Amino acid sequence: MKRFLTCVAVPAFLCSQAAAVEIAPDAVKIDEMKVSQSLTGATGNAEEGAKVLANRGLGNCLACHVVTPLAKEQFHGNVAPALDGVADRWSEAELRAIVVDAKRVFSEETVMPAFYSLDVGINVRKDLAGKTILTAQQVEDVVAYLTTLKGSN
Amino acid sequence: MKRLSVLLLVSVASISGLAVMAYADPVDDTLTIDDREMIIRAKAPKGHPFDEVLSGWLFRESETRATEADSFANPGMLAVERGEELWNTVDGSMGKSCSSCHNDASATMKDVGAHFPKWDAKARKPVNIEMKINDCRTERMGAEPYKFDAEEQVALTTYIKHQSLGTPVQIDLSEGEMQSWWEKGKELYYTRTGQLDFSCASCHEKSMGKFIRADHLSQGQVNGFPTYRFNTAGMVSLHNRFRGCIRDTRAEMPKAFSDELMALEVYVTWRGTGLSVETPAVRQ
Repeated sequence: MKRFLTCVAVPAFLCSQAAAVEIAPDAVKIDEMKVSQSLTGATGNAEEGAKVLANRGLGNCLACHVVTPLAKEQFHGNVAPALDGVADRWSEAELRAIVVDAKRVFSEETVMPAFYSLDVGINVRKDLAGKTILTAQQVEDVVAYLTTLKGSN
Repeated sequence: MKRLSVLLLVSVASISGLAVMAYADPVDDTLTIDDREMIIRAKAPKGHPFDEVLSGWLFRESETRATEADSFANPGMLAVERGEELWNTVDGSMGKSCSSCHNDASATMKDVGAHFPKWDAKARKPVNIEMKINDCRTERMGAEPYKFDAEEQVALTTYIKHQSLGTPVQIDLSEGEMQSWWEKGKELYYTRTGQLDFSCASCHEKSMGKFIRADHLSQGQVNGFPTYRFNTAGMVSLHNRFRGCIRDTRAEMPKAFSDELMALEVYVTWRGTGLSVETPAVRQ
């Protein structure tokens, strides 16, 4: 279940291959808390990632996590740990795995939604069936941003 | 002291313009409405995940709390007044109003709302106040049942529940098959729904007391429904709220008064055993 990602509008240097392959949600392998390969075959854009992370209709990560460098965004939740310095605690591959499906990294008990998985709750809204919360590109962008969160920033 | 430190944190945060929320305990405060002290903390019934059940009032901001404490300021009291008017209004082919049979609600409906949902032997399922009203309308008044969330339904339910203001919530699980509906409701409470994959417990049990964005997560108690909400500037019925929460998990919503939501109402009502009925409560 691999799809070809067209590289339209993506700067050429981000595409290591002429047509990078995107990994479909049900084909993502999580080994030892890691997803080592980029879902898009390319490195994400950290600046875009910060937007996806803050956007209430996309990542909405601030609903539960504090991110001090994004203090200009109002109302960060505290249901989950702050993401400050998160790149000191987790590698890029681990961060990617957590964003993809935290339940497969931590435990079934975790409250964190799986952002790139179809193994979600029951009775999914019809128009969202078969869709992930974030696209592969958005996951990579978020991961790229998270890897910048080091030390005290 | 605890309260002071929370206030201090809040004011420091607002002075510095910092939007990051701090953890805050439920406030240490008492709620008195119409000179009657409300039970807003109660020892949890046996088998409950918490030791203490807490009214959602304790999790709201001071202005919201003050509005509920003052019946003249509480906009929900307009629904109570409207409900009283409906109580005394003749409707349907039999020429009757609620009061034709039930007389003065302050006497006949006193404490009644604190004990719903109740087993209905004829329907062979638990019914709530809204369903009971519709039953009266169709069976005894010759009137059309109210549609879900019709303004009249919400107002009349609010009026009837308000006759139990202060009375501790206590439902009878020994009647009929209430226990199995409770079990079904419990299962639903812990079932994760939607693309976001949250159950009721994700927010109201595991994350209780924390903040999702600016929203201070309470235990999700239902003792104040129908409730006046500032964010929609109107009354919100319990099944409307259930559906709203489920919608927010990005799931299809069950129908109001469906077996699923009735089971959930039984279970969630039980989770608030011992709290005073606060209808109409005021929330953000």
